[in-house]
Amino acid sequence: MESVAHSIGLSAVMTWTLLKVLIVFGSVMGVSSLWTWVERRGSAMLQDRIGPNRALLFGRWQLLGLPQLVADGLKFFFKEDQVPPHVTKRLYWIAPMLAFVPALIGFAVIPFGRSFSYQGALYHLSILEPGNGMGMLYPLAIGAVAVYGILVAAWSSNNKWAILGGMRASAQMVSYEISMGLAVLAIFMKVGGYDPGEIITEQAGVLWKVLPNWFIFRQPLGFLVFFVCMFAETNRLPFDFAEGESEIVAGFHTEFGSMKFALLALAEYAHMTTASALIATVYFGGWSVPFMPEAPVLLTILFFLIKLLFFMWVFVWVRWTLPRFRYDQLMFLGWKVLLPISMVNLIGNAWWMTRGGH
Amino acid sequence: MQSMQSPLTPFLGVLILLLVAIVVAAIVLVLSGVILPRFKPNNPQANKLSPFECGAPALQVGARHRYSVKFYLTAMLFILFDVEIAFMLPWAAQYKAHLETFVPMLTFFATLLVGFIYAWGKGAFEWER
Repeated sequence: MESVAHSIGLSAVMTWTLLKVLIVFGSVMGVSSLWTWVERRGSAMLQDRIGPNRALLFGRWQLLGLPQLVADGLKFFFKEDQVPPHVTKRLYWIAPMLAFVPALIGFAVIPFGRSFSYQGALYHLSILEPGNGMGMLYPLAIGAVAVYGILVAAWSSNNKWAILGGMRASAQMVSYEISMGLAVLAIFMKVGGYDPGEIITEQAGVLWKVLPNWFIFRQPLGFLVFFVCMFAETNRLPFDFAEGESEIVAGFHTEFGSMKFALLALAEYAHMTTASALIATVYFGGWSVPFMPEAPVLLTILFFLIKLLFFMWVFVWVRWTLPRFRYDQLMFLGWKVLLPISMVNLIGNAWWMTRGGH
Repeated sequence: MQSMQSPLTPFLGVLILLLVAIVVAAIVLVLSGVILPRFKPNNPQANKLSPFECGAPALQVGARHRYSVKFYLTAMLFILFDVEIAFMLPWAAQYKAHLETFVPMLTFFATLLVGFIYAWGKGAFEWER
Protein backbone atom coordinates (compact mmCIF):
# COMPACT_ATOMS: atom_id res chain seq x y z
CA MET A 1 0.00 0.00 0.00
CA GLU A 2 2.76 2.41 1.00
CA SER A 3 4.70 1.84 -2.19
CA VAL A 4 1.63 2.13 -4.40
CA ALA A 5 0.68 5.35 -2.62
CA HIS A 6 4.19 6.72 -3.03
CA SER A 7 4.29 5.95 -6.72
CA ILE A 8 1.18 8.07 -7.43
CA GLY A 9 2.29 10.91 -5.17
CA LEU A 10 -0.36 10.64 -2.45
CA SER A 11 -0.19 9.74 1.23
CA ALA A 12 -1.24 6.22 2.23
CA VAL A 13 -4.28 7.51 4.12
CA MET A 14 -5.45 9.48 1.11
CA THR A 15 -5.00 6.57 -1.29
CA TRP A 16 -6.92 4.24 1.00
CA THR A 17 -9.73 6.80 1.37
CA LEU A 18 -9.95 7.31 -2.38
CA LEU A 19 -9.99 3.55 -2.92
CA LYS A 20 -12.84 3.13 -0.46
CA VAL A 21 -14.81 5.98 -2.05
CA LEU A 22 -14.35 4.28 -5.42
CA ILE A 23 -15.49 0.91 -4.05
CA VAL A 24 -18.55 2.30 -2.25
CA PHE A 25 -19.63 4.60 -5.08
CA GLY A 26 -19.14 1.89 -7.67
CA SER A 27 -20.92 -0.79 -5.66
CA VAL A 28 -23.91 1.34 -4.71
CA MET A 29 -24.31 2.57 -8.30
CA GLY A 30 -23.78 -0.94 -9.68
CA VAL A 31 -26.13 -2.69 -7.29
CA SER A 32 -28.78 0.01 -7.70
CA SER A 33 -28.80 -0.15 -11.46
CA LEU A 34 -28.59 -3.93 -11.42
CA TRP A 35 -31.64 -3.97 -9.18
CA THR A 36 -33.77 -2.20 -11.80
CA TRP A 37 -33.22 -5.40 -13.78
CA VAL A 38 -33.70 -7.74 -10.79
CA GLU A 39 -36.91 -5.91 -9.96
CA ARG A 40 -38.36 -6.37 -13.45
CA ARG A 41 -37.16 -9.93 -13.77
CA GLY A 42 -38.24 -10.81 -10.21
CA SER A 43 -41.64 -9.22 -10.70
CA ALA A 44 -42.05 -11.29 -13.84
CA MET A 45 -41.10 -14.43 -11.93
CA LEU A 46 -43.57 -13.70 -9.11
CA GLN A 47 -46.35 -12.95 -11.58
CA ASP A 48 -45.66 -15.95 -13.77
CA ARG A 49 -44.66 -14.05 -16.90
CA ILE A 50 -41.42 -13.74 -18.84
CA GLY A 51 -40.22 -10.21 -18.21
CA PRO A 52 -37.70 -8.25 -20.27
CA ASN A 53 -36.09 -10.56 -22.84
CA ARG A 54 -36.03 -8.67 -26.16
CA ALA A 55 -32.76 -6.74 -25.84
CA LEU A 56 -29.94 -8.91 -27.18
CA LEU A 57 -26.22 -8.48 -26.73
CA PHE A 58 -24.70 -8.13 -30.24
CA GLY A 59 -28.05 -9.33 -31.57
CA ARG A 60 -27.38 -12.78 -30.26
CA TRP A 61 -27.17 -13.33 -26.49
CA GLN A 62 -30.26 -12.85 -24.36
CA LEU A 63 -28.52 -13.32 -20.97
CA LEU A 64 -31.84 -13.42 -19.05
CA GLY A 65 -32.72 -9.94 -20.26
CA LEU A 66 -29.63 -8.33 -18.75
CA PRO A 67 -28.82 -6.33 -21.93
CA GLN A 68 -32.10 -4.50 -21.25
CA LEU A 69 -30.17 -2.62 -18.57
CA VAL A 70 -27.76 -1.20 -21.13
CA ALA A 71 -30.55 -0.52 -23.61
CA ASP A 72 -32.53 1.39 -20.98
CA GLY A 73 -29.51 3.45 -20.00
CA LEU A 74 -28.81 4.40 -23.62
CA LYS A 75 -32.44 5.19 -24.22
CA PHE A 76 -32.60 7.50 -21.21
CA PHE A 77 -29.70 9.46 -22.65
CA PHE A 78 -31.21 9.83 -26.10
CA LYS A 79 -34.77 10.66 -25.11
CA GLU A 80 -35.93 14.20 -25.77
CA ASP A 81 -35.04 16.20 -22.67
CA GLN A 82 -37.76 18.79 -22.55
CA VAL A 83 -38.27 21.41 -19.87
CA PRO A 84 -41.98 22.34 -19.84
CA PRO A 85 -42.67 26.09 -19.65
CA HIS A 86 -44.75 25.88 -16.48
CA VAL A 87 -42.00 24.49 -14.24
CA THR A 88 -39.68 26.49 -11.98
CA LYS A 89 -36.54 26.11 -14.06
CA ARG A 90 -33.81 26.33 -11.46
CA LEU A 91 -35.40 23.93 -8.99
CA TYR A 92 -36.41 21.59 -11.82
CA TRP A 93 -32.76 21.20 -12.80
CA ILE A 94 -31.50 20.82 -9.24
CA ALA A 95 -34.19 18.39 -8.01
CA PRO A 96 -32.79 15.17 -9.56
CA MET A 97 -29.40 16.00 -8.07
CA LEU A 98 -30.94 16.72 -4.67
CA ALA A 99 -32.57 13.29 -4.74
CA PHE A 100 -29.55 11.43 -6.11
CA VAL A 101 -26.75 12.79 -3.89
CA PRO A 102 -28.18 11.98 -0.41
CA ALA A 103 -29.20 8.56 -1.67
CA LEU A 104 -25.58 7.79 -2.58
CA ILE A 105 -23.72 9.26 0.39
CA GLY A 106 -25.87 7.59 3.04
CA PHE A 107 -23.85 4.40 2.69
CA ALA A 108 -20.58 6.01 3.84
CA VAL A 109 -20.70 4.99 7.49
CA ILE A 110 -21.58 1.33 7.04
CA PRO A 111 -18.66 -1.10 7.51
CA PHE A 112 -18.74 -3.69 4.75
CA GLY A 113 -16.09 -5.99 6.21
CA ARG A 114 -13.87 -6.67 9.19
CA SER A 115 -11.12 -4.12 9.91
CA PHE A 116 -7.72 -5.64 9.23
CA SER A 117 -4.14 -4.71 9.90
CA TYR A 118 -1.49 -4.87 7.23
CA GLN A 119 2.18 -4.06 7.76
CA GLY A 120 1.44 -2.51 11.14
CA ALA A 121 -1.34 -0.19 9.96
CA LEU A 122 -5.02 -0.73 10.74
CA TYR A 123 -7.46 -0.47 7.85
CA HIS A 124 -11.20 0.01 8.30
CA LEU A 125 -13.63 -1.03 5.60
CA SER A 126 -15.97 1.97 5.84
CA ILE A 127 -15.52 5.46 4.43
CA LEU A 128 -16.38 7.15 7.72
CA GLU A 129 -13.84 5.57 10.08
CA PRO A 130 -15.03 4.47 13.54
CA GLY A 131 -14.51 6.74 16.52
CA ASN A 132 -15.80 9.91 14.92
CA GLY A 133 -18.70 10.35 17.37
CA MET A 134 -21.22 10.35 14.54
CA GLY A 135 -21.80 6.71 13.71
CA MET A 136 -25.36 5.64 13.00
CA LEU A 137 -26.66 9.19 13.40
CA TYR A 138 -25.15 9.92 10.00
CA PRO A 139 -27.35 7.66 7.82
CA LEU A 140 -30.41 8.76 9.82
CA ALA A 141 -29.55 12.41 9.17
CA ILE A 142 -28.88 11.81 5.48
CA GLY A 143 -32.11 9.83 5.23
CA ALA A 144 -33.96 12.88 6.56
CA VAL A 145 -32.37 15.09 3.89
CA ALA A 146 -33.82 12.78 1.21
CA VAL A 147 -37.23 14.36 1.80
CA TYR A 148 -35.98 17.54 0.11
CA GLY A 149 -35.21 15.85 -3.19
CA ILE A 150 -38.76 14.57 -3.54
CA LEU A 151 -40.38 17.75 -2.26
CA VAL A 152 -38.30 20.02 -4.52
CA ALA A 153 -38.98 17.78 -7.53
CA ALA A 154 -42.70 17.92 -6.77
CA TRP A 155 -42.86 21.66 -6.13
CA SER A 156 -40.79 22.63 -9.15
CA SER A 157 -43.01 20.53 -11.46
CA ASN A 158 -45.98 22.81 -10.75
CA ASN A 159 -48.33 19.93 -11.48
CA LYS A 160 -51.22 18.77 -9.31
CA TRP A 161 -50.22 15.11 -9.32
CA ALA A 162 -46.62 15.95 -8.60
CA ILE A 163 -47.35 18.24 -5.66
CA LEU A 164 -49.83 15.77 -4.17
CA GLY A 165 -47.25 13.01 -4.47
CA GLY A 166 -44.53 15.14 -2.93
CA MET A 167 -46.76 16.20 -0.03
CA ARG A 168 -47.77 12.62 0.64
CA ALA A 169 -44.21 11.37 0.48
CA SER A 170 -42.88 14.00 2.84
CA ALA A 171 -45.67 13.52 5.39
CA GLN A 172 -45.13 9.77 5.21
CA MET A 173 -41.35 9.95 5.60
CA VAL A 174 -41.45 12.28 8.60
CA SER A 175 -44.17 10.22 10.30
CA TYR A 176 -42.17 7.01 10.12
CA GLU A 177 -38.90 8.68 11.05
CA ILE A 178 -40.08 9.00 14.67
CA SER A 179 -40.79 5.30 15.14
CA MET A 180 -37.52 4.48 13.37
CA GLY A 181 -35.59 6.80 15.69
CA LEU A 182 -37.15 5.23 18.78
CA ALA A 183 -36.39 1.72 17.51
CA VAL A 184 -32.74 2.60 16.92
CA LEU A 185 -32.55 4.30 20.34
CA ALA A 186 -33.13 0.90 21.96
CA ILE A 187 -30.10 -0.39 20.02
CA PHE A 188 -27.94 2.57 21.09
CA MET A 189 -28.94 1.84 24.67
CA LYS A 190 -27.76 -1.75 24.50
CA VAL A 191 -24.56 -0.90 22.65
CA GLY A 192 -23.66 2.21 24.61
CA GLY A 193 -22.71 4.27 21.57
CA TYR A 194 -23.64 5.18 18.02
CA ASP A 195 -20.79 3.49 16.24
CA PRO A 196 -21.80 0.81 13.69
CA GLY A 197 -18.58 -1.07 14.45
CA GLU A 198 -19.60 -1.31 18.11
CA ILE A 199 -23.10 -2.37 17.10
CA ILE A 200 -21.60 -5.23 15.09
CA THR A 201 -19.18 -6.37 17.80
CA GLU A 202 -22.07 -6.27 20.29
CA GLN A 203 -23.81 -8.83 18.08
CA ALA A 204 -20.90 -11.26 18.08
CA GLY A 205 -21.31 -14.55 19.91
CA VAL A 206 -24.10 -17.03 20.37
CA LEU A 207 -27.56 -16.64 21.89
CA TRP A 208 -29.16 -19.58 23.75
CA LYS A 209 -26.48 -21.86 22.25
CA VAL A 210 -28.24 -22.13 18.87
CA LEU A 211 -28.79 -18.63 17.47
CA PRO A 212 -26.30 -15.97 16.47
CA ASN A 213 -26.41 -13.09 18.95
CA TRP A 214 -28.14 -10.74 16.48
CA PHE A 215 -30.40 -7.92 17.52
CA ILE A 216 -33.32 -9.39 15.60
CA PHE A 217 -33.52 -12.15 18.21
CA ARG A 218 -32.86 -9.81 21.12
CA GLN A 219 -35.24 -7.02 20.05
CA PRO A 220 -37.78 -8.56 17.65
CA LEU A 221 -40.28 -5.77 18.36
CA GLY A 222 -37.73 -3.10 17.50
CA PHE A 223 -36.82 -4.97 14.33
CA LEU A 224 -40.44 -5.11 13.25
CA VAL A 225 -40.80 -1.34 13.66
CA PHE A 226 -37.48 -0.58 11.95
CA PHE A 227 -38.21 -2.93 9.06
CA VAL A 228 -41.63 -1.42 8.34
CA CYS A 229 -40.20 2.10 8.66
CA MET A 230 -37.51 1.29 6.10
CA PHE A 231 -40.21 0.52 3.53
CA ALA A 232 -41.92 3.82 4.31
CA GLU A 233 -38.65 5.77 4.20
CA THR A 234 -37.68 4.42 0.80
CA ASN A 235 -41.19 5.01 -0.63
CA ARG A 236 -41.44 1.39 -1.65
CA LEU A 237 -44.62 -0.62 -1.87
CA PRO A 238 -46.77 -1.18 0.17
CA PHE A 239 -46.15 2.49 1.10
CA ASP A 240 -45.72 3.70 -2.47
CA PHE A 241 -47.68 6.93 -2.05
CA ALA A 242 -45.20 9.27 -3.69
CA GLU A 243 -45.97 7.69 -7.04
CA GLY A 244 -49.22 5.78 -6.63
CA GLU A 245 -49.80 4.94 -10.29
CA SER A 246 -53.49 4.24 -9.89
CA GLU A 247 -54.21 7.57 -8.19
CA ILE A 248 -51.69 10.24 -9.08
CA VAL A 249 -50.06 9.02 -12.31
CA ALA A 250 -46.37 8.99 -11.41
CA GLY A 251 -46.44 11.31 -8.42
CA PHE A 252 -43.46 13.57 -7.90
CA HIS A 253 -41.70 12.63 -11.14
CA THR A 254 -44.69 13.02 -13.46
CA GLU A 255 -43.11 15.96 -15.32
CA PHE A 256 -39.57 14.57 -15.49
CA GLY A 257 -38.13 12.90 -18.55
CA SER A 258 -34.92 11.55 -19.97
CA MET A 259 -31.90 11.46 -17.64
CA LYS A 260 -33.64 13.62 -15.03
CA PHE A 261 -36.14 10.84 -14.50
CA ALA A 262 -33.38 8.25 -14.54
CA LEU A 263 -31.58 10.00 -11.67
CA LEU A 264 -34.80 10.15 -9.62
CA ALA A 265 -35.44 6.46 -10.25
CA LEU A 266 -31.84 5.52 -9.47
CA ALA A 267 -32.07 7.48 -6.22
CA GLU A 268 -34.93 5.25 -5.10
CA TYR A 269 -32.86 2.13 -5.72
CA ALA A 270 -29.84 3.66 -3.99
CA HIS A 271 -32.05 4.33 -0.98
CA MET A 272 -33.07 0.68 -1.09
CA THR A 273 -29.40 -0.33 -1.03
CA THR A 274 -28.68 1.87 1.98
CA ALA A 275 -31.82 0.72 3.77
CA SER A 276 -30.89 -2.94 3.23
CA ALA A 277 -27.38 -2.26 4.49
CA LEU A 278 -28.82 -0.57 7.58
CA ILE A 279 -31.16 -3.49 8.31
CA ALA A 280 -28.27 -5.93 7.87
CA THR A 281 -25.91 -3.90 10.07
CA VAL A 282 -28.25 -3.04 12.91
CA TYR A 283 -30.28 -6.24 13.24
CA PHE A 284 -28.36 -8.97 11.42
CA GLY A 285 -24.80 -8.51 12.60
CA GLY A 286 -23.47 -6.63 9.57
CA TRP A 287 -20.38 -8.32 8.20
CA SER A 288 -20.10 -10.81 11.06
CA VAL A 289 -20.25 -14.46 10.10
CA PRO A 290 -22.46 -16.51 12.45
CA PHE A 291 -20.59 -19.03 14.64
CA MET A 292 -17.24 -17.92 13.19
CA PRO A 293 -15.75 -15.20 15.41
CA GLU A 294 -12.41 -15.15 13.56
CA ALA A 295 -13.65 -15.21 9.98
CA PRO A 296 -11.21 -14.04 7.29
CA VAL A 297 -11.74 -10.55 5.86
CA LEU A 298 -12.93 -11.69 2.45
CA LEU A 299 -15.52 -14.00 4.00
CA THR A 300 -16.92 -11.12 6.08
CA ILE A 301 -17.26 -8.99 2.95
CA LEU A 302 -19.03 -11.86 1.23
CA PHE A 303 -21.43 -12.31 4.14
CA PHE A 304 -22.21 -8.59 4.21
CA LEU A 305 -22.96 -8.75 0.50
CA ILE A 306 -25.21 -11.78 0.94
CA LYS A 307 -27.20 -10.09 3.71
CA LEU A 308 -27.42 -6.85 1.71
CA LEU A 309 -28.64 -8.55 -1.47
CA PHE A 310 -31.10 -10.70 0.49
CA PHE A 311 -32.82 -7.66 1.98
CA MET A 312 -32.83 -5.93 -1.39
CA TRP A 313 -34.63 -8.96 -2.73
CA VAL A 314 -37.08 -8.73 0.18
CA PHE A 315 -37.98 -5.24 -1.06
CA VAL A 316 -38.96 -6.71 -4.44
CA TRP A 317 -40.65 -9.69 -2.82
CA VAL A 318 -42.82 -7.58 -0.54
CA ARG A 319 -43.82 -5.39 -3.47
CA TRP A 320 -45.75 -8.23 -5.08
CA THR A 321 -46.95 -9.78 -1.83
CA LEU A 322 -48.76 -6.87 -0.18
CA PRO A 323 -51.22 -4.53 -1.91
CA ARG A 324 -50.85 -0.77 -1.56
CA PHE A 325 -52.29 0.72 1.62
CA ARG A 326 -54.75 3.58 1.71
CA TYR A 327 -53.26 6.85 2.91
CA ASP A 328 -55.31 6.99 6.12
CA GLN A 329 -54.24 3.41 6.87
CA LEU A 330 -50.62 4.50 6.48
CA MET A 331 -51.08 7.30 8.99
CA PHE A 332 -52.96 4.97 11.33
CA LEU A 333 -50.14 2.42 11.19
CA GLY A 334 -47.43 5.03 11.65
CA TRP A 335 -48.85 7.04 14.53
CA LYS A 336 -51.20 4.68 16.34
CA VAL A 337 -49.47 1.31 15.95
CA LEU A 338 -45.75 1.65 15.29
CA LEU A 339 -45.14 4.66 17.56
CA PRO A 340 -46.69 3.02 20.68
CA ILE A 341 -44.91 -0.25 19.86
CA SER A 342 -41.55 1.49 19.58
CA MET A 343 -42.17 3.36 22.85
CA VAL A 344 -43.00 0.09 24.62
CA ASN A 345 -39.90 -1.46 23.06
CA LEU A 346 -37.67 1.36 24.32
CA ILE A 347 -39.04 1.49 27.88
CA GLY A 348 -39.23 -2.31 28.09
CA ASN A 349 -35.60 -2.66 27.08
CA ALA A 350 -34.51 0.07 29.49
CA TRP A 351 -36.36 -1.69 32.29
CA TRP A 352 -34.90 -5.05 31.29
CA MET A 353 -31.41 -3.57 31.49
CA THR A 354 -32.02 -2.33 35.05
CA ARG A 355 -32.94 -5.92 35.92
CA GLY A 356 -29.57 -7.07 34.63
CA GLY A 357 -30.71 -8.38 31.24
CA HIS A 358 -28.53 -7.86 28.22
CA MET B 1 -4.13 5.62 10.10
CA GLN B 2 -4.47 6.61 13.76
CA SER B 3 -2.63 9.92 13.48
CA MET B 4 -5.76 12.01 13.02
CA GLN B 5 -5.43 15.56 14.31
CA SER B 6 -8.54 17.50 13.45
CA PRO B 7 -11.93 16.04 14.47
CA LEU B 8 -13.03 16.69 10.89
CA THR B 9 -10.34 14.48 9.33
CA PRO B 10 -12.45 11.27 9.39
CA PHE B 11 -15.05 13.10 7.32
CA LEU B 12 -12.66 13.66 4.44
CA GLY B 13 -13.86 10.47 2.74
CA VAL B 14 -17.46 11.60 3.06
CA LEU B 15 -16.56 14.93 1.51
CA ILE B 16 -14.90 13.18 -1.43
CA LEU B 17 -17.91 10.88 -1.84
CA LEU B 18 -20.22 13.91 -1.75
CA LEU B 19 -18.16 15.68 -4.41
CA VAL B 20 -18.05 12.57 -6.59
CA ALA B 21 -21.83 12.15 -6.33
CA ILE B 22 -22.47 15.81 -7.15
CA VAL B 23 -20.04 15.78 -10.10
CA VAL B 24 -21.50 12.56 -11.56
CA ALA B 25 -25.06 13.87 -11.25
CA ALA B 26 -24.06 17.22 -12.78
CA ILE B 27 -22.23 15.57 -15.69
CA VAL B 28 -25.20 13.32 -16.43
CA LEU B 29 -27.69 16.22 -16.26
CA VAL B 30 -25.59 18.55 -18.43
CA LEU B 31 -24.79 15.82 -20.94
CA SER B 32 -28.40 14.78 -21.36
CA GLY B 33 -30.00 18.20 -20.97
CA VAL B 34 -27.55 20.62 -22.60
CA ILE B 35 -25.05 18.89 -24.87
CA LEU B 36 -26.94 15.96 -26.37
CA PRO B 37 -30.14 17.88 -27.30
CA ARG B 38 -28.12 19.41 -30.17
CA PHE B 39 -27.96 15.97 -31.71
CA LYS B 40 -31.17 14.30 -30.65
CA PRO B 41 -34.72 15.04 -31.86
CA ASN B 42 -36.18 18.19 -30.37
CA ASN B 43 -39.82 18.48 -31.27
CA PRO B 44 -41.77 20.57 -28.75
CA GLN B 45 -45.54 20.65 -29.18
CA ALA B 46 -48.23 22.42 -27.19
CA ASN B 47 -49.75 19.16 -25.94
CA LYS B 48 -46.40 17.78 -24.92
CA LEU B 49 -45.46 20.87 -22.97
CA SER B 50 -48.72 21.33 -21.09
CA PRO B 51 -48.88 20.05 -17.49
CA PHE B 52 -49.93 16.41 -17.38
CA GLU B 53 -53.35 16.02 -15.85
CA CYS B 54 -55.51 13.24 -17.21
CA GLY B 55 -55.47 13.53 -20.98
CA ALA B 56 -57.99 16.34 -21.16
CA PRO B 57 -56.66 19.87 -21.79
CA ALA B 58 -55.74 21.58 -18.53
CA LEU B 59 -58.10 24.33 -17.47
CA GLN B 60 -55.31 26.39 -15.95
CA VAL B 61 -51.58 26.18 -15.67
CA GLY B 62 -50.10 26.14 -12.19
CA ALA B 63 -50.94 23.89 -9.32
CA ARG B 64 -49.67 25.77 -6.29
CA HIS B 65 -53.00 26.07 -4.59
CA ARG B 66 -53.93 25.32 -1.01
CA TYR B 67 -53.42 21.73 0.04
CA SER B 68 -54.93 19.86 2.95
CA VAL B 69 -53.91 21.24 6.33
CA LYS B 70 -53.35 17.69 7.59
CA PHE B 71 -49.98 17.59 5.86
CA TYR B 72 -48.83 20.63 7.83
CA LEU B 73 -50.28 19.22 11.06
CA THR B 74 -48.27 16.05 10.51
CA ALA B 75 -45.13 18.09 9.99
CA MET B 76 -45.72 19.96 13.25
CA LEU B 77 -46.29 16.76 15.20
CA PHE B 78 -43.10 15.38 13.67
CA ILE B 79 -41.07 18.36 14.91
CA LEU B 80 -42.40 17.88 18.46
CA PHE B 81 -41.64 14.16 18.66
CA ASP B 82 -38.37 14.35 16.79
CA VAL B 83 -37.00 16.94 19.22
CA GLU B 84 -37.89 14.56 22.06
CA ILE B 85 -35.87 11.84 20.35
CA ALA B 86 -32.96 14.23 19.87
CA PHE B 87 -33.03 14.84 23.65
CA MET B 88 -32.97 11.12 24.33
CA LEU B 89 -30.05 10.29 22.00
CA PRO B 90 -27.23 11.25 24.41
CA TRP B 91 -29.06 9.53 27.24
CA ALA B 92 -29.35 6.31 25.25
CA ALA B 93 -25.63 6.27 24.46
CA GLN B 94 -24.74 6.67 28.15
CA TYR B 95 -27.50 4.53 29.63
CA LYS B 96 -25.49 1.31 29.85
CA ALA B 97 -23.07 2.88 32.35
CA HIS B 98 -25.74 4.85 34.25
CA LEU B 99 -28.62 2.48 34.88
CA GLU B 100 -29.83 4.69 37.75
CA THR B 101 -31.13 7.22 35.20
CA PHE B 102 -34.04 4.92 34.40
CA VAL B 103 -36.55 6.56 36.77
CA PRO B 104 -35.64 10.19 35.88
CA MET B 105 -35.99 9.26 32.22
CA LEU B 106 -39.40 7.74 32.91
CA THR B 107 -40.63 11.14 34.12
CA PHE B 108 -39.34 12.74 30.92
CA PHE B 109 -41.02 10.01 28.92
CA ALA B 110 -44.26 10.53 30.86
CA THR B 111 -44.42 14.16 29.73
CA LEU B 112 -43.92 12.98 26.16
CA LEU B 113 -46.66 10.44 26.66
CA VAL B 114 -49.08 13.08 28.00
CA GLY B 115 -48.57 15.07 24.79
CA PHE B 116 -49.04 11.95 22.71
CA ILE B 117 -52.28 11.00 24.47
CA TYR B 118 -53.55 14.58 24.21
CA ALA B 119 -52.87 14.67 20.46
CA TRP B 120 -54.51 11.27 20.07
CA GLY B 121 -57.59 12.40 22.05
CA LYS B 122 -57.83 15.59 20.01
CA GLY B 123 -57.91 13.48 16.86
CA ALA B 124 -54.64 14.78 15.43
CA PHE B 125 -53.80 11.31 14.11
CA GLU B 126 -57.16 10.81 12.39
CA TRP B 127 -56.61 11.22 8.66
CA GLU B 128 -60.26 10.66 7.71
CA ARG B 129 -62.46 13.18 9.42
